[in-house]
Amino acid sequence: MGARDPGEIVVQEFFHMDGYAFYVWGSYAIVSAVLLLNVISIRLQRRKILRELAELSEEE
Amino acid sequence: MHFIHKYGSPNYFYQWSGTWLKILSALTLILMALGLYWALIISPPDYQQSETVRIMYIHVPSAWMSMFTYVVMASAGVVAMIWRIKVAEIVVAQSAIIGASFTLLALVTGMLWGKPMWGAYWVWDARLTSELVLLFLYVGVLAIYSAYEDPRTGAKAASILAIVGVINIPIIHYSVEWWNTLHQGPTVTKFDSPSAPLSMLTPLFIMFFAFKTYFFALLFARTRNALLSRERHTSWVQEILEK
Amino acid sequence: MNIFLAVLQRDLKLALRRRREVANPLVFFIIVVSLFPLGVSPDRELLSEIAPGVIWVTALLASLMSMDAIFRSDYDDGSLEQLLLLPGSKVLLVLAKVTAHWISIGLPLIIIAPVMALLLYFPAHAIVSLMVTLLISTPILSLLGAVGVALTLSLRTGGILSSLLILPFYIPVLIFSTMAISAATSNLPVMGYYALLGAFLIMSLILVPFAVVAALKVSHN
Repeated sequence: MGARDPGEIVVQEFFHMDGYAFYVWGSYAIVSAVLLLNVISIRLQRRKILRELAELSEEE
Repeated sequence: MHFIHKYGSPNYFYQWSGTWLKILSALTLILMALGLYWALIISPPDYQQSETVRIMYIHVPSAWMSMFTYVVMASAGVVAMIWRIKVAEIVVAQSAIIGASFTLLALVTGMLWGKPMWGAYWVWDARLTSELVLLFLYVGVLAIYSAYEDPRTGAKAASILAIVGVINIPIIHYSVEWWNTLHQGPTVTKFDSPSAPLSMLTPLFIMFFAFKTYFFALLFARTRNALLSRERHTSWVQEILEK
Repeated sequence: MNIFLAVLQRDLKLALRRRREVANPLVFFIIVVSLFPLGVSPDRELLSEIAPGVIWVTALLASLMSMDAIFRSDYDDGSLEQLLLLPGSKVLLVLAKVTAHWISIGLPLIIIAPVMALLLYFPAHAIVSLMVTLLISTPILSLLGAVGVALTLSLRTGGILSSLLILPFYIPVLIFSTMAISAATSNLPVMGYYALLGAFLIMSLILVPFAVVAALKVSHN
């Protein structure tokens, strides 16, 4: 294999999380997913409402 | 009580919440970035919990926010019941959804922390159990709100349930804690509060404020959407559209 | 006070007329408790260990099942609306209805509970504590249950929804009661637990009727 770049080892350790990668990254993934989904759903909802309102005012 | 009616009038609320939404969103982005950097990179692994301590930086704020949101919901419920403010009624329903998602996150991250620490995804630990009960309470509020076809009646019913709940939560919390100590003896507490070092408290508090600004940004955004949709036939919505 | 006595008398008379309906939760209680030895095991030690929990959870469910009757028929035939229009305290009206309901459902449950306890090899010296906890706690269950029923009166799916809303609020009662019983089983002092339950009862008596009145108003919108 030969000597590895120390930076590479640090990055690997970071992702490895001392063997707890699944639990640590799993937690962070789920939390970010839920927090982001909340934001996205509000954006979509807002767009839909504005579209409906625009249609409504055109009818009048 | 003039100011409640003023800040709670749909038109005026929509205006001032728009400014705040921008400020809060910017703050959330900054605090989240800073908090994640601190939680994942700067802070050292714990001598007992090793790297899993990093889960705490999102678990504890989620758990705190799940309780804080319930208090916000019940307070909005009081305002809705006494002054019949439409905005407060909307806030009750919207914070129930947000609160339920925080509770769910606290439960899931608690379980993911528990597996390596306790050896099982679920342990009948006092905090996890309280969080589970809190989820039941949120589900109840959401269920009663959505059971009514008229959202205003649903919001009033949900407000009553939230107010009864907020009086009961401390009692439920202490009874569960007590039940836990008698049945299991003291388990490993997640944070030995006095001895938690500064290197852990800093990311924890940054994340806590990040979650808090996130909550208010989300709550404002949801309430604004609901207001627009519900008040579509009023003149102030028409005015905003024309702009 | 007149409205309290009048409504109490009326509801008890009605309950006496609907004896069979009133007996249903009691039969439910007896059957469910006797299912446990069949489902778990007839082992003496195991049964006596789980007996307080089994009896208490079953009592919760039985009282919850019966709650719908407290306002349902009066709501359907419109007499509840008339009662709410009567001059006098609405809180007393609610208290009277809850009391009548407790006398017709809660009391029989307390009387039958020791018999069911014996079927589960419940230690004889702790039976008094079982009855005392039931005596203090069943009124709390009726009061809290009334909130759930009042909130869901105008909905078609009321029954199951109101259980879903109210069951989490029963948790402290369940915990304090079963702990009192297990303390009594191991001959430890129990007065502290009774005092806690009593405090919870007094608090519920003072606060819950207001929530019920508010909920009834929402249902009559």
